[in-house]
Amino acid sequence: MTPRNIDTGASIFRSLDWFTIILYLVLVTFGAISIYAASYDFDNASLFDFAEFSGKQFLWIGLALVLGLVIFLLDYRLYEAYAYPIYAAVILLLIVTIFVAPDIKGSRSWLSFGPVSLQPAEFGKFATALALAKLFDSYNFSLNTKLSNYYRALIIIFLPIALILMQKETGSALVYLSLVLVLYREGMPGIVLWSILCAVTYFVIAVKYTTPLILGIPCGEFIVFVAIMAIFAGMLLFYCKDFFIGRNVLIGFVSTGVIVLVLALCGIVINGRVYFITVILLAAAYTAVAMFRHRIGKFVVTISFAIASMLFLFSVNYVFGNILQPHQQQRIKVALGIVEDIRGAGYNVNQSKIAIGSGGLTGKGFLNGTQTKLKYVPEQHTDFIYCTIGEEEGFVGSVMLLVLFATLILRLITIAERQRTAFGRVYGYCVVSYLTFHLAINIGMVLGLCPVIGIPLPFISYGGSSLWGFTILLFIMLRIDAARKERID
Amino acid sequence: MRKDYNLEKRKYVIASLVCVITIIYIIRLFNLQIGDSTYKDSAESNAFLRKIIYPARGLVYDRNDNLVIFNQPAYDVMLVPRDVGQFDTLSLCSILGITRDRFDLLWEDMKDSRKNPGYSAYTPQKLMSHLTQEEYGRLQEKLYLFPGFFIQKRTVRQYTYHAGANVLGNIREVSAEDVEKDRYYRSGDYTGDLGIEKSYEKVLRGVKGMEIMMKDANGTIQGKYENGVHDVAPVAGKNLKLSLDMELQEFGESLMSGKTGAIVAIEPATGEILALVTSPNYDPSLLIGKDRGKNYAKLVRNPFKPLYDRSIQARYPPGSTFKPTQGLIFLQEGVVTTGTAYPCHRGYVNGIRVGCHGHASPITLKPALETSCNAYFCWGLKNMLDKRGTTAAAQLTKWKNYLVEMGYGYKLGIDLPHESRGFIPNAEYYSESFRGNNWSANSVISISIGQGEVLATPLQIANLGATIANRGFFYTPHVVKEISDSTIDKRFKVRHQPKIRREYYEVVAEGMRMAVLGGTCKGANLPDIEVCGKTGTAQNPHGRDHSVFMGFAPYHNPKIAICVYVENAGFGATYGVPIGALMIEKYLRRELPEGRKAAANSMIHSKTISSSDAKKH
Repeated sequence: MTPRNIDTGASIFRSLDWFTIILYLVLVTFGAISIYAASYDFDNASLFDFAEFSGKQFLWIGLALVLGLVIFLLDYRLYEAYAYPIYAAVILLLIVTIFVAPDIKGSRSWLSFGPVSLQPAEFGKFATALALAKLFDSYNFSLNTKLSNYYRALIIIFLPIALILMQKETGSALVYLSLVLVLYREGMPGIVLWSILCAVTYFVIAVKYTTPLILGIPCGEFIVFVAIMAIFAGMLLFYCKDFFIGRNVLIGFVSTGVIVLVLALCGIVINGRVYFITVILLAAAYTAVAMFRHRIGKFVVTISFAIASMLFLFSVNYVFGNILQPHQQQRIKVALGIVEDIRGAGYNVNQSKIAIGSGGLTGKGFLNGTQTKLKYVPEQHTDFIYCTIGEEEGFVGSVMLLVLFATLILRLITIAERQRTAFGRVYGYCVVSYLTFHLAINIGMVLGLCPVIGIPLPFISYGGSSLWGFTILLFIMLRIDAARKERID
Repeated sequence: MRKDYNLEKRKYVIASLVCVITIIYIIRLFNLQIGDSTYKDSAESNAFLRKIIYPARGLVYDRNDNLVIFNQPAYDVMLVPRDVGQFDTLSLCSILGITRDRFDLLWEDMKDSRKNPGYSAYTPQKLMSHLTQEEYGRLQEKLYLFPGFFIQKRTVRQYTYHAGANVLGNIREVSAEDVEKDRYYRSGDYTGDLGIEKSYEKVLRGVKGMEIMMKDANGTIQGKYENGVHDVAPVAGKNLKLSLDMELQEFGESLMSGKTGAIVAIEPATGEILALVTSPNYDPSLLIGKDRGKNYAKLVRNPFKPLYDRSIQARYPPGSTFKPTQGLIFLQEGVVTTGTAYPCHRGYVNGIRVGCHGHASPITLKPALETSCNAYFCWGLKNMLDKRGTTAAAQLTKWKNYLVEMGYGYKLGIDLPHESRGFIPNAEYYSESFRGNNWSANSVISISIGQGEVLATPLQIANLGATIANRGFFYTPHVVKEISDSTIDKRFKVRHQPKIRREYYEVVAEGMRMAVLGGTCKGANLPDIEVCGKTGTAQNPHGRDHSVFMGFAPYHNPKIAICVYVENAGFGATYGVPIGALMIEKYLRRELPEGRKAAANSMIHSKTISSSDAKKH
């Protein structure tokens, strides 16, 4: 090594974001201890016994730190330069995995190397992030200049999704959808994010509330129709900023609504679907006629949004009943609380709620959780690790972990924003998106708020692939961040 | 590089999204962990199997230390419904020796929340009880085939004697009501029913113990929770020593066979009951084991009501056995002295007529007791109620108070359930039934000879015998003499003393001695034993007169007081006296002399009821 290199190395460690590294170390330690607790047997094994999950996890953590060190010591330009080759290599690995991997519980996502198994899907995350960052970093690239730019970004995102779906790892595939946040940050119209949010909400409401009937339609559908009307009027008022049209539409909605409800109370029930479709279409037509006096764009968006919302609503029942697999329907229904099947798909969620709920304010104490010790919660050292924390550390510990994660994500947003290159920023937001999605889905599922989608809790759940995948993802970000000052030179 | 500050603002949207999710999750955690305590219970019922260890129920001995009730192991098939996995129903049925239909019925009963209010899929439930030793062995061997099932050991009662069922009682499974009343019980537990098993339930049952086992998600036991430091050892029930002499009890029951009625024998000096016979009765062994329900139903349907303990529950007219109380009251009130004589012209003739039989007239108290003269006591009561300077009502109240002090009119407080209080009319009662104060001594005169409205239990009549034997005091009669490691209720050690002077009791005792020597109770005149007695021939609206005997022996330093009440058996002398004499003899001599065995046998074989009587009831 030349003296200059040593100097560079030293300066890298000075300019690293130690706050994030400490958060990382706290989280992995929290994880290893929880894994020890979750897999603790009454025959009392050693914390560092490599035959045990916790022992192995310490080994993975050790190796992850070595990996992190290597990432720090490599030149940051390497990641930029080799972004596409790395992406290509991982894509190739994902393809190979489909054909080579043995079938484990219906999933073909694990590659076996003797005693060690790797899940390539976990490494797809940083590779995809690198490729996406590289794309946005191309000269004069801006998402909204050409539609093809969207295609290119979406291809990078959907290629791993398709391959991972073919490995039948639905959960891991869905994670990549979170990159929509990156697209949003980089200029995707907010209406798209808004649409996605509305779509998810409409879906949940429409599927969850099938009874009682209001005006002859399920109350979930009724609520969604009302929401569509409210959003339509709201967008006219606040998005198009046209008080006149907005007011008229609102008056129309409210007056017809009151008439229909009064008639219903008198025993003359007008079918809700007929009423809503007629009224919303009439309002859209009125707006379409009235808008020609104004700037057209926002009115078109508003009208399209309302009509698309209705179309979406109609397709929900069709999609739910005909496209989703029965077991997926089941999982969604259980998550939404439509079915209470305690021995079946709801068992995991129910037992995990029991585990967390029984923790109380301060928990039962380390290694004292009966739910997890006696293996009532399946997957308790992997996807359901948060149960152990909830049971043994209670509300205090659970909230602490949640806050640690939120802090890490907010810190990463700060780091991403302070990057001077699109590469660094986009990569940073990729990390933010992945972590947010994992956190929201994993903990949401354990708390019984989200469907049971089997994805790990980053840094905490047991598993070398997941830990290494997230370590690489995070440390590359830190390495790029540490190079900010070098770039000035 | 160009920076789009408009887009940079979007970082706030993304950061808010993260914060909103975090806050929603914190609220959810709060609801789960702090707001809702049901999850804690679920976790406990998940993880812990609380296996109850039943204590051995206390044993019961009689006054001579003969074992009367003991325990035998019994086995129940238990299961935790949630843990029950796949199993071969038919093979389980064949092991248990039941049909498939029976199994389905048991299963439904177990799940029926009306029959089994404690049902929960998470806690042990009883499927079937009373396995034989053999069935237990077979099931224990194959238990691994039936996940979620286990066997609970309990004890059932066994009886050495086929007598005393009314005193001993039995045990039954707790009802939904019991469980609600006493949180100690859980569905499937046993509790005492009737007799001392009921009244001494809390002494006999002991305290249940508990073993806390941990089970995993498969229902497999993972061993004791924290090495059993939280386990609770059961405390065995306490043993009881009855005051009953079981041989006397058996003898009494045999004497009463074929008759309806009761015998109560009391040790006067202590109030301990030596025998408490009701007839007809039943073998206590009928009410144990699998056939309990069937046998119980049969006993309930029996027209002679064997479950009805006539010795403490029946309200009979005491008849002439009531006369000593009248003599005592008249003497204490100064209505008569031992020298006061009343005329008897084949009865009390004074506007109304109360019949009597032939004897010398006029007559004083002692011979009146000897001959059981009705007229004497009618005159006595008339003179008492008609006393100048006071009202009949006030005098009757006084009269009633004496009787209450003697143990009549209220429950005596025996340590057995369902005691009856008998009936002693008071002034208010007559004012009501005669619509105002429109009554006089004559209208109530029959109460002086133990007829009319007066009703008493055989126990109360025997207690009178004990009081006279003691010359003026009694202890509350009781059937339990001692409780191991404990003492019996203090109220059984309290001496009750009616406000009547001892010398008057001496007078009455002498009259009763005379009745045995030369009066109505001649049949009780035993060689070497100085018996005192009083017969009764109680008229009743239901048919033939009841035959009654009340007495004690020996005359000096009495050891036994007795009441014999035989329904519809005619004169006191025909059944009451000989049975009473035999009981006294049996108790005092331990064995009947050879010459008396024939008398006992003929009494055992004589019947006052026949199967045709059953139809009348």
